[in-house]
Amino acid sequence: MVLNSIEKLLEKYDNAETSLKEEAKLRAYFNGDDVAPHLEHYKPLFVYFSNTQQEAFTKDVPLTTKKKRNFYQWISVAAVAVLMLGISVPQLWKTGPKTLADYSPEEQELYNKTKNALAFMSSNFNEGISSMNVLEMASDNFNAGIYKASFVTEFGNSTNKLLKQ
Amino acid sequence: MTQADFVSLVMPFKDKVFRLAKRLLVSREEAEDATQEILLKLWKNKEKISDYKNVEAFSMTMTKNFCLDRLKSKQAQNLKIVHSNYQDNGHSSLQKQVEARDSVDWVSSIIEKLPEQQKIIIQLRDIEQYEFAEISKMLDMNETAIRVALSRARKTIREQLTNTHSYGIK
Repeated sequence: MVLNSIEKLLEKYDNAETSLKEEAKLRAYFNGDDVAPHLEHYKPLFVYFSNTQQEAFTKDVPLTTKKKRNFYQWISVAAVAVLMLGISVPQLWKTGPKTLADYSPEEQELYNKTKNALAFMSSNFNEGISSMNVLEMASDNFNAGIYKASFVTEFGNSTNKLLKQ
Repeated sequence: MTQADFVSLVMPFKDKVFRLAKRLLVSREEAEDATQEILLKLWKNKEKISDYKNVEAFSMTMTKNFCLDRLKSKQAQNLKIVHSNYQDNGHSSLQKQVEARDSVDWVSSIIEKLPEQQKIIIQLRDIEQYEFAEISKMLDMNETAIRVALSRARKTIREQLTNTHSYGIK
């Protein structure tokens, strides 16, 4: 009796006319132990269906909230902005007074005073150099003396020659 | 919608998405990637998710389209290896013998050879046990066409199973 209904169900099943309930019945029958020998070849099909249904997705899916990522993206932009400011700000601030006329009178006076002082120092140096010339003259006299002394040795040589004769 | 809400919404059908992807893409890794992709797509559109009437059916449709696109681009990119130069006569093929040893795996390889549409329908009906009305929504087909395709697929599977059974390859 059971076998009869199963055979009928199988025929309906092949024609895709079974309802989900009837298919569940078939599945239960073929997953059981006492399957009629002439229907044995259906068994793996239904066993396979039940087995496959157990397969599960185990991989983790990273559900990131986007805010954090955006923050890191903007860091590079900020770094570039800081770098640009670092280069351009000193460049812009540099445009100060450049010629003597642009300075205030006090500063100009100070400048001239310093200039005069330096000129005075430099003239003293020059005086020192001229007194050094005296030393140079003394060294000239020494050289003349050495030259005259060479005559004495010459005279010595000729007297030795006379004594040998 | 918070992360926890999303997870509890997706939880009931994420395995179904994965199994459908695996049915079409065969490789487990590919199917995992595809499932991940689809879940991320859903997560990205989480603001709009409440507008969908049936998120599960929508996801299954998305999975189907995504996997078919994958297959198409793969076929366009790669050379297909076709064994056209030797005869596979069943007895000598080691591969077939190994397959036949485990008849449950054998079913899987029979299903693998079905046309894509029949594969999807078998998957949705026989494994995930959806009603015909739901399947027709997911695949955008009418119910009669689904029944015809399903019947064809089931008959092909039965024929192949009967053959292996009666020829004793098993």
